[in-house]
Amino acid sequence: MTATTTRRAAGVRAENHTPIRRRRPTKRLKNTLMGLGGWLGSLIFFLPVAYMLLKSFQTETDAAEAMPKLLFTPTLANYAGVFQAGFWPYAINSLIVVLASTAVVLILAVPAAYALSIRPVEKAQDSLFFFISTKMMPVAAAIIPVYVIASALGVLNTLGILIVMHIGMNLPLAIWMIRSFMQEIPEEIMEASAVDGATRWRAARSIILPLIRPGLASTALLCAVFSWNEYFFALNLTNSTSTLPLFMQKFLSFGELYTAHIAAAATIVSIPVVIAGWMAQKSLVRGLLFGAVK
Amino acid sequence: MATTITAPPTPSPSIVRELTRVERWKARGPLLPALIFTILLTQLPFALTLIYSFMSWNLLSNKPPQFNGGANYLATLQDEVFWRSIGNTGVMTGVSTVACIVIGLLLALLLNHSFPGRGIARTLAITPFFVMPVAATLFWRSAIFDPGFGLLGWLARQVGLPAVSWLSEYPMAALIILLTWRFTPFAMLILIAGLQSAPQDQLEAAKVDGAGPLRQFGSILVPHLRPYIELAALLLAMNLIQTFGEIALLTAGGPAYQTTNITYYIYLKGFNSFDFGLASALGVAALLITIALILPALRLLSGIFQKEGRR
Repeated sequence: MTATTTRRAAGVRAENHTPIRRRRPTKRLKNTLMGLGGWLGSLIFFLPVAYMLLKSFQTETDAAEAMPKLLFTPTLANYAGVFQAGFWPYAINSLIVVLASTAVVLILAVPAAYALSIRPVEKAQDSLFFFISTKMMPVAAAIIPVYVIASALGVLNTLGILIVMHIGMNLPLAIWMIRSFMQEIPEEIMEASAVDGATRWRAARSIILPLIRPGLASTALLCAVFSWNEYFFALNLTNSTSTLPLFMQKFLSFGELYTAHIAAAATIVSIPVVIAGWMAQKSLVRGLLFGAVK
Repeated sequence: MATTITAPPTPSPSIVRELTRVERWKARGPLLPALIFTILLTQLPFALTLIYSFMSWNLLSNKPPQFNGGANYLATLQDEVFWRSIGNTGVMTGVSTVACIVIGLLLALLLNHSFPGRGIARTLAITPFFVMPVAATLFWRSAIFDPGFGLLGWLARQVGLPAVSWLSEYPMAALIILLTWRFTPFAMLILIAGLQSAPQDQLEAAKVDGAGPLRQFGSILVPHLRPYIELAALLLAMNLIQTFGEIALLTAGGPAYQTTNITYYIYLKGFNSFDFGLASALGVAALLITIALILPALRLLSGIFQKEGRR
């Protein structure tokens, strides 16, 4: 303790004489170290993804070697193989499910978020908690009745049942996020529109929607990511008419001898969601946080 | 109710009341479609699960479903694997959540510092959260965890250690590593946001007063970050408690149920043994456990909300 204080005092004294030159080297060293640490940390997390990309361009013989091969003649054969393995029907199904479920989620979530933020109903907080709480309940506890009902209605193994389940899965998140974006709209703007005599409907359409458009876009992107990646419902409610996670699952039986094929398939199915995720990352945090903290 | 009693018995207020009732329903209008949809889709199945859980109902037997009292619950309580799956759920959720928060905080501290290429570094770090989990799991299984072909086996051999077969010897550790890899970036995102709103003036003042980095961290940053850490932990636990795909594709719950969590056990009972009655009883148990765990967390969240209201 005393040692630190004296050292600090000495530092302060020294700073008084040559304030800039004394401080800079240590600060720069610290910055460099933190920067290196930051890059190292990111790269550790990115490494499996980079490794996946690398292996996807290798032949199966190269990919089967445990030692990571950095020098090799790249091949597109794995990618060609994936497209020949029945990729497109699953991809089109995924696209349909993602687009349909996300569109309905937004159509339901925007008015609901409005009724929970801008013109709050009584007990808005309770309704919000109800939505959030459904997100916490285990889906596994509901899957048997869903299966039984879907079977009775004859909608097992259809995209319709997946779309409905994905709407239920993403709706609470969308309401939470959109509500938080709406709450950020300054009250003066809403008051000004009321003075102008704008009807509620017009105010909603011409003032609120443009203001929350970036937020809406990232909410939609996130819902799309979660819908694209969803596996539990796809596995239990569909088999032949299904989405890309079930296409990926087919590679399970291929085993270790098909690492390069798995890498190529994993890369293809992940590219759209990774890009969507990168685009939505900032708003994801804002949407999640502004509803809760601050 | 209360308004009916206190309202004076003149005719005009009743008209006013009628109007406000219409108004109230008008205000509720936009909320109703989402609310009704969510109630139908989430509450109805839970109610049916409860009913099924008292039935003997196996798709493989040709007997029609019939009520069997509490036999499913009795069987569940006596089922060793059930208790094991609860323990596994706890370990998997608890360890992964803590690991994600600790590593995520470290990453957030590093990536909150400004350095060349920070934006790119952050974007790379967040990637694991968006990669399709099914795809990532299959890749980890063959290219990283496999003792013969995998990266970890190769690394172990390089440093003179025997290559372990992660999936048969340490399946739970392997799962936790995979889950931590996927969810740490999510924790990091929330914690970076927390760090960015840190009270700079207090940190400056502390620095002037001679507080070292550790003191600054302990007495200013940690209290400030607390709600962010709590929120991150809640969201992580909510997701991790329901882990399914990683288990199904990495270990299939094995070996010998070592990595079977409650979600996966319901799946096994329902869609492998086709015992819908037993699977429903397990579902009710899962529901009760989740409520017991999540209710305190929800209260915590509502505390944060109330703070927001006071602001």
